[in-house]
Amino acid sequence: MKNIFKLFLVLSFLGAVPAAAMDVMEVVKKANHVSYYKGDDGRAKVNMRIIDAQGRERVREFIILRKDDGDDDGKQKFYVYFNKPADVKKMVFMVVKNMDRDDDRWLYLPGLDLVKRIAASDERTSFVGSHFFYEDVSGRGIQEDTHAIVEENDSTYVVESKPKDAKAVEFTSFKSWIHKATFLPIKTEYYDDQGKKTRSYTALKVEMIGGHPTVTAASMENHQTGGKTLMNYSVVKYDVGLPDNIFSERYLRKAPRKYLR
Amino acid sequence: MIQLVVVILFLVVPQLLQAQEIELPAGLDDLSIMTQEDDTEQGLPFDLSGFLESRVGTRMQNDAHEKDMSIGEIRLQVGIEKEFDSLTFNFVSDFIYDPVLDKHSLDLETGQGFVDIREANIVFSPLEFMDVKVGRQVLTWGTGDLAFINDLFPKDWNSFFIGRDDEYLKAPSDAIKTAFFFGDYNLDIIYMPRFDVDRFIDGSRISFFDRASGGLSGRENPVLDDRPDTWFSDDELAARFYHSFGAYETALYYYSGYWKSPAGQDMSTGLATFPRLQVFGASVRGPLSKGIGSVEVGYYKSEGGAASNPLIRNDEFRLLVGYEQEIGTEFTGSFQYYLERKLDHSQYLASLPVGVIRDKQNRHLFTVRLTKMLMQQDLKLSLFNFYSPSDKDGYLRLNVSYKIRDNLKVEAGGNVFYGQKDYSFFGQFKDNSNIFTALRYDF
Repeated sequence: MKNIFKLFLVLSFLGAVPAAAMDVMEVVKKANHVSYYKGDDGRAKVNMRIIDAQGRERVREFIILRKDDGDDDGKQKFYVYFNKPADVKKMVFMVVKNMDRDDDRWLYLPGLDLVKRIAASDERTSFVGSHFFYEDVSGRGIQEDTHAIVEENDSTYVVESKPKDAKAVEFTSFKSWIHKATFLPIKTEYYDDQGKKTRSYTALKVEMIGGHPTVTAASMENHQTGGKTLMNYSVVKYDVGLPDNIFSERYLRKAPRKYLR
Repeated sequence: MIQLVVVILFLVVPQLLQAQEIELPAGLDDLSIMTQEDDTEQGLPFDLSGFLESRVGTRMQNDAHEKDMSIGEIRLQVGIEKEFDSLTFNFVSDFIYDPVLDKHSLDLETGQGFVDIREANIVFSPLEFMDVKVGRQVLTWGTGDLAFINDLFPKDWNSFFIGRDDEYLKAPSDAIKTAFFFGDYNLDIIYMPRFDVDRFIDGSRISFFDRASGGLSGRENPVLDDRPDTWFSDDELAARFYHSFGAYETALYYYSGYWKSPAGQDMSTGLATFPRLQVFGASVRGPLSKGIGSVEVGYYKSEGGAASNPLIRNDEFRLLVGYEQEIGTEFTGSFQYYLERKLDHSQYLASLPVGVIRDKQNRHLFTVRLTKMLMQQDLKLSLFNFYSPSDKDGYLRLNVSYKIRDNLKVEAGGNVFYGQKDYSFFGQFKDNSNIFTALRYDF
């Protein structure tokens, strides 16, 4: 009995020690991977409920197609096809996320059959009017911040990140609670220079899809304005086999129905 | 007692510790459960969309040649999309009640009357590297923002000037579009079996300067024209060959057809004409500094003998340089320089009779666009100004829109024309400066 207890202790230490010694960059890299680079490509239907401080609600619904360019968790392409609201139905937003320079963005306006190139904007502005920023949807480069594990408990690493270029962002630091078993960030809080919480992200639901633990419901709250956005993912699929040419002018003008159902 | 304390320590303390920990999202504790459901929505057997709107506007000054009301209409747009195996059918039509126009007889070509069909086409891919779109469709290409060089698809300048939605600047074409995709090299060939003319300013809605009479003219005397309209002989061809070098999109263009708005006059009948036109052009667009830069050029080859014929518009060189950048939070600014240069200006001058208006060789035009979004993008403010230092005139477009709900939008705006001369490009429309308001429900 005693021996078994000893063995148990040893085993638990063996298990715990590598985790405790886990390098913060390793944690951040894995979290970035499971958040934005699952599979070679992916597809999801996204529903956003944007709720302001007065409780007024706006809805966005779109299908998002994503394809990675290589296995290095770098360049990616996104194709966003809008269903709701009605005035933007059939509109397409396409992004090539670059690591070495600003992202390339296009907008297709079906009423005019116009393919418009849009100036890459500040990544930290609202995505389609929601409380999520562009960067929250497509990922923030892990090299843009310095990271440190400030806390660790049974289920999460708490990582504090500070921007290398403080002038480029609206926050002074942010903390991420990264789930140990899956490396999913399940909560992120952003703070201003007074240490006041300004925005917070919360994963509300996680599901196993195609072997990947996937956040299928999340919220982003703005504590300064009191508004929040609830985001729901449905019909999520990985390794769809999206052809590379989906992310081209051809399919901006002619939506690839097969992948948008 | 001690036993009890031990029990409490062992049973309760870990619970307390646990409770202090972060709450895990639903599902994370047991990832073996599959809960993703297919949410295939059941509904209509086809995709339906559209809007209903009312739009009312008035001139800000008296115009002796037009009604005070610049726009007053109720418009219902119905869009139907139906997919068959490898074929998509699109139909978009507007139904309009419009008391401002005098004529109400139905003309699907000019959009006059209570029905304006904007799309009625089928789309299919006969080969893996080829898309075909046949029928009525809206077509756009090129790099300009409300300025066009190689986009010679029909425009509706009336809609643009009276404050209809931007999409109405484009009039539909009846065309066969074939698009070829050879890897990174692409080719579009568009054939319009019958000339699709601009919905140009003919006086019926907007007054203009009539050079023949030397004065302003309007609905009492609309432009009469002799448009090429024989199927398969008065046709148009437009082609674009495009390729991207990294982030830079380049294109070559060709057009063969007619000047899209009147660019000549028949001496014997006095009717406005649309002389033959060929255009050779090129464009490049890509990231520049913190924004997007673009350059587009075009050589407009007018009908033979145009150089010394005052009744046919000269050959022209056109240039457009544009730059757009985000200049603040949800605040975008853009700038364009546009040039129209007559290529046989001295011959043109020599051919003119004494006493008529003489156009300068170059028409320079600058445009500025500012767009600001507020209130989670529900409120949009926009300004677009055209200013020509050579014509000393301009055109200011203002628009404010607010989304009361996701599908209900209220809008107000203005179209202000200014200029020193009555005959310059924008100056002639001074009496048409207007303000408007609209309420739109999307479905």
